[in-house]
Amino acid sequence: MSVVTGILLQELTKSFGDVKAVRGIDVSIELGETVALLGPNGAGKSTTIDMLLGLLDPDDGAARLFGGSPRDAVAAGRVGAMLQVGSLIRDLSVRELISMVASLYPRPLGVDETIALTRIEEIADRRTQTLSGGETQRARFAVALVSNPDLLVLDEPTVAMDVESRRAFWTTMRDFAARGKTVLFATHYLEEADAYADRAVLMAHGRVVADGPPTEIKAMVGQRHIRATLPDVSPSELEQIAGVTRAERRGESVVLTCTDSDAAIRELLARYPAARDIEIVGAGLEEAFVELTGVEEYA
Amino acid sequence: MKVAAYTRYELLRTVRNKRFMILALGFPLVLYFLIAAPNRHEQNLGGSGISAPLYLMVGLVAFGAMNAVLGSGARIAAERATGWNRQLRLTPLSTKTYFRTKVLTGYALALMTILLIYASGTLLGVRLTAGEWVRMTALILVGLIPFAALGILFGHLLTPDSIGPALGGTTAALAILGGVWFPIGGNGAMHYIAQGLPSYWLVQASHIGVGGNGWGATGWIVLTVWTVVAAYLARRAYERDTKRT
Repeated sequence: MSVVTGILLQELTKSFGDVKAVRGIDVSIELGETVALLGPNGAGKSTTIDMLLGLLDPDDGAARLFGGSPRDAVAAGRVGAMLQVGSLIRDLSVRELISMVASLYPRPLGVDETIALTRIEEIADRRTQTLSGGETQRARFAVALVSNPDLLVLDEPTVAMDVESRRAFWTTMRDFAARGKTVLFATHYLEEADAYADRAVLMAHGRVVADGPPTEIKAMVGQRHIRATLPDVSPSELEQIAGVTRAERRGESVVLTCTDSDAAIRELLARYPAARDIEIVGAGLEEAFVELTGVEEYA
Repeated sequence: MKVAAYTRYELLRTVRNKRFMILALGFPLVLYFLIAAPNRHEQNLGGSGISAPLYLMVGLVAFGAMNAVLGSGARIAAERATGWNRQLRLTPLSTKTYFRTKVLTGYALALMTILLIYASGTLLGVRLTAGEWVRMTALILVGLIPFAALGILFGHLLTPDSIGPALGGTTAALAILGGVWFPIGGNGAMHYIAQGLPSYWLVQASHIGVGGNGWGATGWIVLTVWTVVAAYLARRAYERDTKRT
């Protein structure tokens, strides 16, 4: 019996000279899932996507799309992608460019349908070289969608988009995913993963460090630290405070790792009014990754 | 059908690029009028019995066609710089179709150049038989094949910054060594070097218009070798050219 998986990445590995960009990634994505590939810049997201699309050969491991090689899936017209870097070729209108790309695919969407779906009616008749950065991104999204792909891959799609464009973009993305399509998007915004993905795969330093529902990932990386000068209280006592997951003593001061720093700070001050020099720091994505992976030497 | 639709847009965007069109079509034309118009009454150029407008016309047809076909390299380099080349790899467009599209576009431009220069020659009094026009044009179109492959090869190896000088230099060198501007003598080292170049045979093809015989076996062999080698290298360059730049 053949098992047709959407995307299967097995032990995917890639180095550029001494730089180990991707260090053995295993991810399996089911048909119809919308997955965020989340991670800071330099995590290896784009390299992973390049291998997934067959643009780059892995040093080790393999990427399989719909049970075959990436190149076969691309040749069959089943993949649509919006790469991170790129503008459009000039001297065509947006509509002409979309028609040109559509002519290459076996089962494209209609050109007008694509324009309506991506909400770019107002720029459809403009020449590509006259578009702003955000408009270019939206036109590129239409170019990726017109192929009517089974798998849509988007690498940092909202970079250079304004708030309005972003909203329109994500609405379209969700409409498209609702047709039963598989979507993988890379982002370094936790909020985007949280709002638009069924699942988030967290990457750092070329590895997958977490894989699960975005809410779980958010809880993992969304934590804050409270630091305060507070002698003579044991960490185990502090760990009783609601919202605190871990307490550590560092000389005179204590560091509380919190999932809910608002609740924790109120209770801390109520219980221990002597606490002073209080600082609350949010763990950025990068910091959270380092904490999760325990690998700081690559940062 | 796929090739037709895609090529149509490719051609459309090429002719809309004014700067490119002026350089590809206008440059040989201006050159022709600059040199040929003042000498249009010279009926016996250098004692050859050939009129100046005719002799210059056949030389510039070879040069203009070569220039037009090699120009696809500049367009490819520009496409690569925008990342479009990588985007194309994510479509079902095959290497074969891609090459066909580029070659067809290059040929369309070459044909426009050729016809414009023919028209200009006729304007300056050039008269050839229908058979001469057809044989000359047909053989020129065949002789352009290695240049089409070279254009694609250059496009995938060079950047928009370096391709201008590289193509300009190559075109000039091939033109001079191939005998576009002045005839290559019958003997000596220059003659042997020239015979190894595709441009020499392109010029020989155009010289059908001035009573030449086209190509013997050497010409066909040289052009075949250039075509095979350039096409192989171009294909390899295209297939390797998938990385982020």
